[in-house]
Amino acid sequence: MKRLLQGVLAALVMMPGSAALAQSQYIIVASTTSTEQSGLFGHILPAFEKDTGIAVRVVAVGTGQALDIGRRGDADVVFVHDRAAEQKFIAEGAGVRRYPVMYNDFVLIGPSPDPAHVSGGRDIAAAFRAIASAQAPFVSRADRSGTHAAELRLWKDAGIDIAAVKGPWYRETGSGMGPALNTASGLNAYILSDRGTWLNFHNRGELRIVVEGDRRLFNQYGVMLVNPDRHPNVKKDLGQRFIDWVVSPRGQQAIADYRIGGEQLFFPNAGSDS
Amino acid sequence: METFSQSFATAFAMLVTHDPRLFRIVGLSVAVSLASTAASALIGLPLGAAVAVARFRGRSVLVVAMNAAMGLPPVVAGLVVYLVLSRSGPLGPLGLLFTPPAMVIAQTLLIAPIIAALTRQVIEDAWSEYRDQLESLGSSLAQSTMTLLWDTRYALATVLLSGFGRASAEVGSIIIVGGNIDGVTRVMTTAIALETSKGDLALALGLGVVLLTLVTAVNVGVHALREWARVRHG
Amino acid sequence: MGDVERFAGVPIALAGVSVERRGMCVLDGVDLVIPGGRRTVILGANGAGKTTLLKVLHGLVAPTHGKVSWGEFDAAPGRQAMVFQRPVLLRRSALANVLHALALAGIRGTEARVRAHEALQSVGLAAIGHRSARVLSGGEQQRLALARALALAPELVLLDEPTSSLDPAAARSVEAFVSGIHARGTTVVMTTHRLGEARRLADGIVMLAEGRVTEHTPAARFFETPVSEEGRLFLEGERS
Repeated sequence: MKRLLQGVLAALVMMPGSAALAQSQYIIVASTTSTEQSGLFGHILPAFEKDTGIAVRVVAVGTGQALDIGRRGDADVVFVHDRAAEQKFIAEGAGVRRYPVMYNDFVLIGPSPDPAHVSGGRDIAAAFRAIASAQAPFVSRADRSGTHAAELRLWKDAGIDIAAVKGPWYRETGSGMGPALNTASGLNAYILSDRGTWLNFHNRGELRIVVEGDRRLFNQYGVMLVNPDRHPNVKKDLGQRFIDWVVSPRGQQAIADYRIGGEQLFFPNAGSDS
Repeated sequence: METFSQSFATAFAMLVTHDPRLFRIVGLSVAVSLASTAASALIGLPLGAAVAVARFRGRSVLVVAMNAAMGLPPVVAGLVVYLVLSRSGPLGPLGLLFTPPAMVIAQTLLIAPIIAALTRQVIEDAWSEYRDQLESLGSSLAQSTMTLLWDTRYALATVLLSGFGRASAEVGSIIIVGGNIDGVTRVMTTAIALETSKGDLALALGLGVVLLTLVTAVNVGVHALREWARVRHG
Repeated sequence: MGDVERFAGVPIALAGVSVERRGMCVLDGVDLVIPGGRRTVILGANGAGKTTLLKVLHGLVAPTHGKVSWGEFDAAPGRQAMVFQRPVLLRRSALANVLHALALAGIRGTEARVRAHEALQSVGLAAIGHRSARVLSGGEQQRLALARALALAPELVLLDEPTSSLDPAAARSVEAFVSGIHARGTTVVMTTHRLGEARRLADGIVMLAEGRVTEHTPAARFFETPVSEEGRLFLEGERS
């Protein structure tokens, strides 16, 4: 009880000072749920703070929303995974420059009974075609996230016009990765997920990975500084130091070191042309 | 059923081990809810009392608006505050977005109408009882309002409590304007939302148990206060 | 209480006073002069308009038609007090209730405390002044309401059925209170259903029926030979 009271008092004292704290050393990074919920940030940010003394406040939302937060000038750095949308972000002048950071991959998750008989395959387009023709339950994020963008790309690769053929079997949840996985778990449905969130997800039920390893499941992450010319409040020096650190050998090593159950989640590839 | 027993065990373990992260989250939850309840009281008590006592043009419109505002969806309140506090919004230069004060503002937008509307009800009932007596004593409208607010203080304590309860249980607005930033704007409800989306249902429910315990404790306290007041003041 | 004597004797005059509420005529063309320094008792059946008449005399209800004047004034002077049939006491101590009324009359500090103590003492509540008003017995609450009125040293006191809910002993203490303030020259107007009380206290009787004054006669004459039919029926109703 005493601890709780101390916590309340500390928080109350801190609150009026929060605006003043805005002058101290921190940046706001708008990022995706996959980096936050996979535990990656929890692993690499303490190292960054230790190296630079800069605190990082992560607002974890979908890629589309993260880019919007950047467009409004409410974040200093955007760290997302939808290359086409990122290039558009730069092209319209909302961001300064895009740096590739790392990649991981998407995996197709499905129920053990596997009604579409796709388990064990490596061809994601064939799997998507099988799901559509079996009309097996499929959960879509439908939230303009990076994963949603990737899913739509994969339907196109499979030669399926999902907007035309979708029926009751295709559930558009409009929610984040975690809630969508919870829905899929409840419905025993197929779902496209990033590997990191999947590995850190507990409520699996009968779900498991059914298709992985297709090069089309490649999932590239990029980081960008919000354009300080457009939003003078952007902490361009601190933000750039974060970007420089993430793509530096030390940052890249920290990313490579993050593992769940011995499995590496993200593969650094700064400097590549991805 | 396994999830339920597991979550109670989790809640108990977190409480007895004095998990510092938990205490920080609970502390911020209580602080934000207290601050927004206090701000809402500063707005809602005088507003509700004034509307109860005074007669002016547009009063009935204001009463309807206050009652309607009680049903404001938290997400809408959050969105409005987000757009106002955003760097691209009118109050952007203050830099309040994604800070606890932003959460207090959003919750105040939600709770002040509740406190105002319930206060109006309490004061209006009291006013019909007290009016002749106070006017007989030469009490001005402003003096009467103060007297009514003080004389209904125990009923109003319950009003404030319902405001606090709504604030501490609310997630829709504060997750938008606070951003659920670990260690900065993460409170009980947004932590529950996060653990739910990570699929860690037992931990989410465990946090829910802690939140419920907290709200129950506050309720017991106010109930005891009212009982004491009933015995002492009738 | 020399002030009271100076103001005592100011009559209250009602000329053609009507009060309408929600289309109902509660008082209907009342012409009446309440003499100063006397005890006037208003009699009448329930719904006759007694309480409304008291509120008009108090300046609490403005007439829909007609005019009220307090001596030379058109507005009710501050030095008057009304004790309602069910007095509203605040959720604070008995003493604080009296102090609250005094503060509204602009009296604070030592003078207020002395006056409040005297008023509580005169109704026998001085010993329990610290207790919360809302937990006092019905009789004690009524006496506290009297003390609150008394502390204001009013030149006019209006009492609305002050004994209706009291046992005989408590009712007698109210009668003693009325006699006491009358002796100091205060004008008293009260309503009651107890004829014995009216007989013991009244200097003059106002008989009210359906919003009209049917008679206003000295008490001795009223109880001997009432002028109006309503007055006669009222007295017979009591005797039968």
